[in-house]
Amino acid sequence: MVLPHHIPASETSASDGGSAARSAVVVPYPEEAIARRRFPPIPKPTHPLAMKVQALGAAVLPTFVMIAALLLVWQMLTGAPDATFPSPVKVWQESHEVIVHPFKGVEISGAGLKIEESGDVGIAGHVLTSLGRVLIGYSLAAVIGVALGILIGQSVFAFRALDPLFQVLRTVPPLAWLPISLAIFQQAQPSAIFLIFITAIWPVILNTAAGVQTIPAAYRNVAKVLALNPAEYFLKIMLPATVPHMFTGLRIGVGMSWLAIVAAEMVQGGTGVGFFIWDSYNSSLLTDTIVALVWIGLVGFTLDRMVALVGRIVGRTA
Amino acid sequence: MKQRSYLALEDITVEFPTKAGNFCALDTINLSIDKGQFVALIGHSGCGKSTLLNAVAGLVKPTRGVIFLDGDVVDAPGPDRAVVFQDHSLLPWLTVEENVRLAVDKTAAGKSKAERKEWVLHNLDLVQMAHAAGKRPGELSGGMKQRVGIARAIAMNPRVLLMDEPFGALDALTRAALQDVVMDLQARLNNTVLMITHDVDEAVLLADRVVMMTNGPAARIGEDRLIDLPRPRSRLEVIEAAEYAAARHAVIHFLHERYRNPSLAA
Repeated sequence: MVLPHHIPASETSASDGGSAARSAVVVPYPEEAIARRRFPPIPKPTHPLAMKVQALGAAVLPTFVMIAALLLVWQMLTGAPDATFPSPVKVWQESHEVIVHPFKGVEISGAGLKIEESGDVGIAGHVLTSLGRVLIGYSLAAVIGVALGILIGQSVFAFRALDPLFQVLRTVPPLAWLPISLAIFQQAQPSAIFLIFITAIWPVILNTAAGVQTIPAAYRNVAKVLALNPAEYFLKIMLPATVPHMFTGLRIGVGMSWLAIVAAEMVQGGTGVGFFIWDSYNSSLLTDTIVALVWIGLVGFTLDRMVALVGRIVGRTA
Repeated sequence: MKQRSYLALEDITVEFPTKAGNFCALDTINLSIDKGQFVALIGHSGCGKSTLLNAVAGLVKPTRGVIFLDGDVVDAPGPDRAVVFQDHSLLPWLTVEENVRLAVDKTAAGKSKAERKEWVLHNLDLVQMAHAAGKRPGELSGGMKQRVGIARAIAMNPRVLLMDEPFGALDALTRAALQDVVMDLQARLNNTVLMITHDVDEAVLLADRVVMMTNGPAARIGEDRLIDLPRPRSRLEVIEAAEYAAARHAVIHFLHERYRNPSLAA
């Protein structure tokens, strides 16, 4: 094989249209053009751990910068001695006890968790009490919500009968349910749990129903050709196909149930972070309320992420 | 009583109710298919091919007429009429093995667990997919998914295998590979097959008989041609055969001269 630069001069000159001897002047290829054609140096490989740390830093850094900026603006707006709203520094000073001793009256041991009955507990104790209540109310809402969602999702009749009712009821705010639940249950404990339940159940029902209704026809045809019986269809097709929608509902539901906690603990006083807010408001301890708000927000965020994580795990293995 | 074929469609009419009255998809279709015969159903889009296949599968109920399979009346879907769907319809939350296993569990109830597992793997092996048994459909290419779809169908030991444009969504080379798989399976198992296709070459290469449908609405069988090519067939040999060219010629003339694509007719 003849490489291009080995083409004999006779051939190239022939293609020149038979001109006379070729110019002997060699024009050098520009240096900067040669440099441009070189590959850039390969960056030094970074340690995988270092890369992870870097990625994490890049992900959370904007959040921290934003928080710092917000605190700064807040401090600037409320820093004056005659300001009616407490500044971050004032919150730190006045609620120092609440912030630095959250686990007062809480005993965590091998036997489990023990929270002081007397009510003189730190904010974490209140949060844990509230979480216990939310756990009961939300679990009920999840189980009953999924069941009702599947019912109205696969039966057109049930959908037509119940959907309008659910659409109306879901708009009722938690506080409006308070007198009703008290009238129904007469006692504080079940009323508070009912409040959480009734707030959290709607998104679970409606999203599960939507999931069941949107099972692709292809999967239903497979079930028909295989002649799956109703139980098999439920376990092998409907449940796994609905999991993503179901967990969307469960995720919204857990957020809603946490939203209901203040209303619920206005009924059942004495303990809980909702009660703590109500109590600090009544005693004009605004800085304590602010601390409680931060706790509620962070716990709500964590709950949401936990349900999302469970959803991802179930979705992968179902 | 007259002698019925293995699969017999007798005066099948399918109408769908619409706002503007009943829409007649199929008009008095009569079709007799012998045991072990491979029949390709070809026609333009919207001619009711899928409706006909779904009627045999039991997924669509004919308005009039009866379908007999080996003497039994077809009136509901069942695993004795396995379907290979165009979009493969594998369940994405199950692995390849579990997808086939689901079908096997429904059809081989008497067998032991080990036997069923072996049967699943045997069928995956027939379509050269045993290596991907533990994968989920999302990790496979389109051609591989359809191989699994075929394995699921044949693992059910169906009395008739229904294929609804099984390779319609695949590229030409993958399609050819899958056609070879189907020919290989047909040589081993000699199933009774009803396959829908848009592809003239595919129909002539694979089928013993090409049934051509007229354009809808109220589609009928326009022509019914036997493909007299010896088996086993090879892609490279049949293209030289006079019968291949003649059959191809007949189908193309039917589709593009006598019954042109309705969407182009205007």
